[in-house]
Amino acid sequence: MYNEKVMDHFNNPRNVGELENPDGVGKVGNPVCGDIMKIFIRVENNIIKDIKFKTFGCGAAIATSSVLTEMAKNKTLQEALKINNKMVADALGGLPGNKMHCSNLAANALHEAIRDYMQKRKVC
Amino acid sequence: MRPEVVDVMNDYLINNWGNPSSVHSVGRRAKKGLDEARELVASLLGSPPENIIFTSGGTEADNLAVKGAAYAQKNKGNHIITTSIEHHAVLDACKQLENEGFEVTYLPVSNDGIISVEDLLEAITSDTILISVMHVNNEVGTIQPIEEIGKIAREKGITFHTDAVQSVGKIPVNVEELQVDLLSASAHKIYGPKGVGCLYVRKGTKITPLIQGGGQERKRRPGTENMPGLVGFGKAAKLALEELKAEMERLTKLREKLIEGILSSIDEVSLNGHRTLRIPGAVNISIKYIEGESILLGLDAKGIYASSGSACTSGTLDPSHVLLAMGVPYEIAHGSVRMTLGRDNTEEDVEYVLEVLPQIVKRLRSMSPLSREKSERAYSSKEHYQHV
Ligand SMILES: Cc1ncc(COP(=O)(O)O)c(C=O)c1O
Repeated sequence: MYNEKVMDHFNNPRNVGELENPDGVGKVGNPVCGDIMKIFIRVENNIIKDIKFKTFGCGAAIATSSVLTEMAKNKTLQEALKINNKMVADALGGLPGNKMHCSNLAANALHEAIRDYMQKRKVC
Repeated sequence: MRPEVVDVMNDYLINNWGNPSSVHSVGRRAKKGLDEARELVASLLGSPPENIIFTSGGTEADNLAVKGAAYAQKNKGNHIITTSIEHHAVLDACKQLENEGFEVTYLPVSNDGIISVEDLLEAITSDTILISVMHVNNEVGTIQPIEEIGKIAREKGITFHTDAVQSVGKIPVNVEELQVDLLSASAHKIYGPKGVGCLYVRKGTKITPLIQGGGQERKRRPGTENMPGLVGFGKAAKLALEELKAEMERLTKLREKLIEGILSSIDEVSLNGHRTLRIPGAVNISIKYIEGESILLGLDAKGIYASSGSACTSGTLDPSHVLLAMGVPYEIAHGSVRMTLGRDNTEEDVEYVLEVLPQIVKRLRSMSPLSREKSERAYSSKEHYQHV
């Protein structure tokens, strides 16, 4: 069902956990669907210096969260805002069709985290 | 499938290729094989052989029972009673009948997954023509009070069907004791071939055939017989009957060890379905804060094959309709895992699961945002329901 890359991210997820006093937190989820993702970011000089995630969900939900943290790390906020869910799925070499919708929300969670940061800083 | 079953099927695929309707000797030999298969399946169910109709599986048997009995009695009434936890073969056949103008009552179940006989009694009207209640649920393994329902249905003269796909070969199933008029069974659940099943039809019970054709199965299910499949079903039925008692004892012990082990080694885990009114090999648990598919992937990586009531494994948005009907909250239903113990499983297998599962749960919980939030009560099931 899942390709090797997805399974690798599921079995060895990168950047799992939480940040102490994060600069921004984003949470998306759908309890009906059974996926909740939470992204924590630390921002320095407009760059995402550190990023961690916690996810409740299926294999795809965990793998997309994991690969997203790799994609976003050390990016500027503007670059990070350009990451979308399709890019996340592509970075994993594709996801099964039924997983594209509800389990592929990591980019939304990242955008939420960035928005949270901007609101706190009033930089928007 | 069991090797003994494969052997008889091979014989019918390679040497014994006759059509039981033919008069020549090859055909007569096939006819003999067909009769024997019918007798073997009938013995497993405590039925006379002539009351067994072979079908293409449990799904067809359920459809033939529910629609066949409804159509045959549509001048008598238009009300059908079933339960909210049936297999989709029964549920969706009922939905179809609703589209055609029948009225269907879907009985609720308790948190244990069992219907109440009082609810059933209340639901019966003078228009009720059919009651269909599954013997054992395929997801949680709980056993329904079929004998009691059978007694009521017979007193009131209402046709009674039970989907016994999950009980046949696992616990004693006797059509006389259960007082059923119609009973569905499937070969692959007793280590026989897929695509073969049967419907028991009590003498005098009227059903309208769903397909028309030749005279096979007394016209109630025409079509040239799937001979390899049917003899495979017969052989599987014979073995199931011979081994039933010993296998029940063995699997009940293993199941208890597995349930006890899980409940004592993992916290915030619950058993779904009645604690004891369940078939020997069935275990269904909900593990809080983590999701079913990810648990299955973890188990699969360790060579353990389980299934889940989570939406992610069913291809729909909703988790198991059975768990939801039992009042299990959405997020907990998403974290359900079903493990079935069968004839190949040993005590070592159970010990292996008990060694591996807690590690998988620990890893997934460490990744889950919910385990942390529980203290904040941000995720109470009540709030959840309101979201939905
Ligand atoms: C309770 C129940 N009814 C019906 C069926 C359908 O049987 P089959 O797969 O033979 O069509 C199944 C099996 O999947 C089942 O578990």
